[in-house]
Amino acid sequence: MNKRAAITTFHVWKNAGPSTIDKPTIEKEARAEEELDLPWQVVVHNDPVNLMSYVTMVFQRVFGYPREKAERHMLEVHHKGRSILWSGMRERGELYVQQLHGYLLLATLEKAG
Amino acid sequence: MEICRRNDEIEISELDPFLAELLRQIPASANPEGVPAAEERIFSPPTNGKETEICAEWKLYVEPELRRLFQTATQTVAADLEQLNGNENKFANRTLRIPSKHADAWLSALNQARLVIAAKYHFTDGELSDQFRSPIGSRRDLSLFQVNFYGFLQEFILRELGGWEQGPGSGG
Repeated sequence: MNKRAAITTFHVWKNAGPSTIDKPTIEKEARAEEELDLPWQVVVHNDPVNLMSYVTMVFQRVFGYPREKAERHMLEVHHKGRSILWSGMRERGELYVQQLHGYLLLATLEKAG
Repeated sequence: MEICRRNDEIEISELDPFLAELLRQIPASANPEGVPAAEERIFSPPTNGKETEICAEWKLYVEPELRRLFQTATQTVAADLEQLNGNENKFANRTLRIPSKHADAWLSALNQARLVIAAKYHFTDGELSDQFRSPIGSRRDLSLFQVNFYGFLQEFILRELGGWEQGPGSGG
């Protein structure tokens, strides 16, 4: 079962009425599930060698972003040293990071929060 | 040197022997072997160091794929560069034609070479953004010129690639 679905079911069940069981162990499990379910972030880091136009093109290709959005992220990388390009489930994030490395960008997958 | 787009090719003409030699050096310059700083940059970690499981899987499965990808790009470029090895006078200017379908391979190989050279010489941000540095008085200066020359080519290919991706007839 999907982790998020499991947590949702738990919350509905907990709020169903006074007769429902409210064991502390379940609370603990739910928190652990939530931690597991934290979104992952694809972060791109600044690199003085990669050309700005190249980085913009890569963002457009990998994430399908329009040029303006890709440029905004590129400028954020350039000025702030990093930019979060995407958040979501780990598997997809890994794929994005792999693609970005294929274009020789400095990219990492990080847990949000 | 003149550079322009002709139909489905980028044509670099009037290449003097010095610039032709710099182009010939792209595949060798892109090789990070023996330069730990370059290896670290080209094959940088996929996480910020906290996710050891992801890093281990990456080393095992992804890194070999990336090596193959980068090698294929430099091999394509090396094949295109054979046009520069004519039998005519070695001091004569040359012409190089890059097919549009090889544009991605050129972008990758040029980027690999720039990253490897920059890592090898530990160029600072200031040096890399100093486009008007001259004259070339040392191997380091020459390498910085090489990084900037390759960057210029990348910019041109990127501009033309934008035109190609929008469809025939656009750009150029």
